[in-house]
Amino acid sequence: MSDSEVDSARRNWVMITCGAGAVGGVATAVPFLASFTPSDRAKAAGAPVEVDIGDLKPGEKLVVEWRGKPVWIMRRTPEQLKSLEKSEALVADPRSERTQYPTPPYAKNQARSIKPEVFVAVGICSHLGCSPSDKFQVGAQPSLPDDWLGGFLCPCHGSTFDLAGRVYKNKPAPDNLEVPAHMYLSDSRLLIGEDKKA
Amino acid sequence: MAELKEAPAGASMAVKLTTWVDNRFPSAFQAYRDHMSEYYTPKNFNFWYFFGSLAMLVLVIQIVTGIFLTMHYKPDAAQAFASVEYIMREVPGGWLIRYMHSTGASAFFIVVYLHMYRGLIYGSYRKPRELVWIFGCAIFLCLMGEAFFGYLLPWGQMSYWGAQVIVNLFAAVPFIGEDLALLIRGDYVVGDATLNRFFAFHVIAVPLALLGLVVAHIFALHDVGSNNPDGVEIKAKKDARGIPLDGIPFHPYYSVHDTLGVAVFLLVFCAIMFFAPELGGYFLEYNNFIPADPLKTPAHIAPVWYFTPFYTMLRATTDQMTAVLSLIILLSTAWSVLNVRMAAFVKLVLVGAAVVVIALLGGLKAVFGLVGVSLPAYWLLTGFDAKFWGVVLMGGAVIILFFLPWLDNSPAKSIRYRPGWHKLVLAIFVVSFLILGYQGTQPAAPSGSMLERISQVCTLIYFGFFLLMPWWSRMGTFKPVPDRVTFEAH
Repeated sequence: MSDSEVDSARRNWVMITCGAGAVGGVATAVPFLASFTPSDRAKAAGAPVEVDIGDLKPGEKLVVEWRGKPVWIMRRTPEQLKSLEKSEALVADPRSERTQYPTPPYAKNQARSIKPEVFVAVGICSHLGCSPSDKFQVGAQPSLPDDWLGGFLCPCHGSTFDLAGRVYKNKPAPDNLEVPAHMYLSDSRLLIGEDKKA
Repeated sequence: MAELKEAPAGASMAVKLTTWVDNRFPSAFQAYRDHMSEYYTPKNFNFWYFFGSLAMLVLVIQIVTGIFLTMHYKPDAAQAFASVEYIMREVPGGWLIRYMHSTGASAFFIVVYLHMYRGLIYGSYRKPRELVWIFGCAIFLCLMGEAFFGYLLPWGQMSYWGAQVIVNLFAAVPFIGEDLALLIRGDYVVGDATLNRFFAFHVIAVPLALLGLVVAHIFALHDVGSNNPDGVEIKAKKDARGIPLDGIPFHPYYSVHDTLGVAVFLLVFCAIMFFAPELGGYFLEYNNFIPADPLKTPAHIAPVWYFTPFYTMLRATTDQMTAVLSLIILLSTAWSVLNVRMAAFVKLVLVGAAVVVIALLGGLKAVFGLVGVSLPAYWLLTGFDAKFWGVVLMGGAVIILFFLPWLDNSPAKSIRYRPGWHKLVLAIFVVSFLILGYQGTQPAAPSGSMLERISQVCTLIYFGFFLLMPWWSRMGTFKPVPDRVTFEAH
């Protein structure tokens, strides 16, 4: 067999058959790969959430679920707001300029909020997705610096955030906590996940 | 087709049956000879050679217990946690099967780590056993995947947040990361879709790959023959029949010998399984007895012990660490351009590659930082985040193992005939690995602390051990390697 001349017509048909087989194989892989993407049901679960914050007292924090993630709503005290001035120089991105988790324009301020005292943020660390713990007590404590101003500590890899969710410098987390799109429906009713009435 | 064999006249029923099967399925008999009765194994195996067969034993334990667990487990976010407790409390014998499986997971890694260490000290990955080693590394990688997917199934707090962290590692890949993480989770957060697919990966996809690799690992091993503590090729000295002088048939010699290892192993295994299945929170973490809560991360999360060395490397990669890595790449490139003979074009490519890597590492950012200038936050100027490099280091720590056969230039395979200080280098490597492992079980060290520095130094030692091996492995005075294995009959 090996001595005989190559029948190029047959060789072409073999190649065409292999090519067609490969195309069919790849085409078959498409639905399998597509099945890995979020289902329609998962996509539909992203509806906005309405929250009543009338009962939220200064210094208190509320956690609601939006798209399966914890969203924090915190009413900060005047002292807590004042601490943001001190942390301004210690945080990595004080003016929320990074674009990985874009901060909505109405929250691109020192307090990162619409109303200075009411802070709304997704409680998921921008490092690897753990939910940081509340560390509101000021001063020295385990895992935190002695001049701690109050804020949040991620238990997984030690990233720290100030009370506006701004990440401190030289921490594993690259970004500030995400501020979701949100808007006030009234003085005490907050809509999370949408910033203009549809 | 060969002619049919005839059983001798007056042969017993057993012989007749054997002959009947042999005529119809000779490859079964050939496989028995190739892998058991005529597989010639070096006669000088020691303690370290128990762990290969023990790994097979644990694989069987995991498959059998796993099959029985799937009969009662429910891969549904609403029912998973309760179904595991149901197995523990209400299924007769369920607690035992589940503890066998959970203890088996840790036992698998203990046995495999010791098995890999054996390869490291006796040079079992050297020519012609490179593929045996590579298949083994692939098995290790599959095993890590298997453990990771399986750990989500109990749907406890540690399952949930562990999966959240590891899936988010993929999100750190520049440009495509977020979509990749979405593809793995099948939802915007770890949820029911994630649990269901991890179940599929854990019970069928990865085990199939694992079994195929185990077969390849053993076939490749039996084709080239086992290494031994002396690192001597026994096939170099054969008798008149072509059988290695220092070889003995695997069966019955080592099949019987390995039963000792099995007995001791099962003694320890059962002691843990019956008396301390949680092993102080190392085998089963306490936080995993709390059902998964997507709104609250437990105060202290850590992976199971077998992942902790790699996890510490991830945590050790901060901006300062990437600055140090930039400096190391800068110095080593400068050194090789000045001292190693190569074409000008190659030098140019090397320098170009180094500049790109240093820029992406954020080396420019570090240099400007020194003079007090902070660059605007575009990756083109400041490089990728330290987070991404942490993932690269963590993955690289496993991938680098694949290249070991080509990193080791030592004239002697076995540590027995290498310079004494090579043992010291190995000891430093092992201690660093253990320190990394211990640190991964502890809460994150505050940045800039002594503990963080230690983890960074240990990470550098881990990579230095491998990347500098081409040089250090051939330095020093080697002892003469004997022609035959050293063996004393008992």
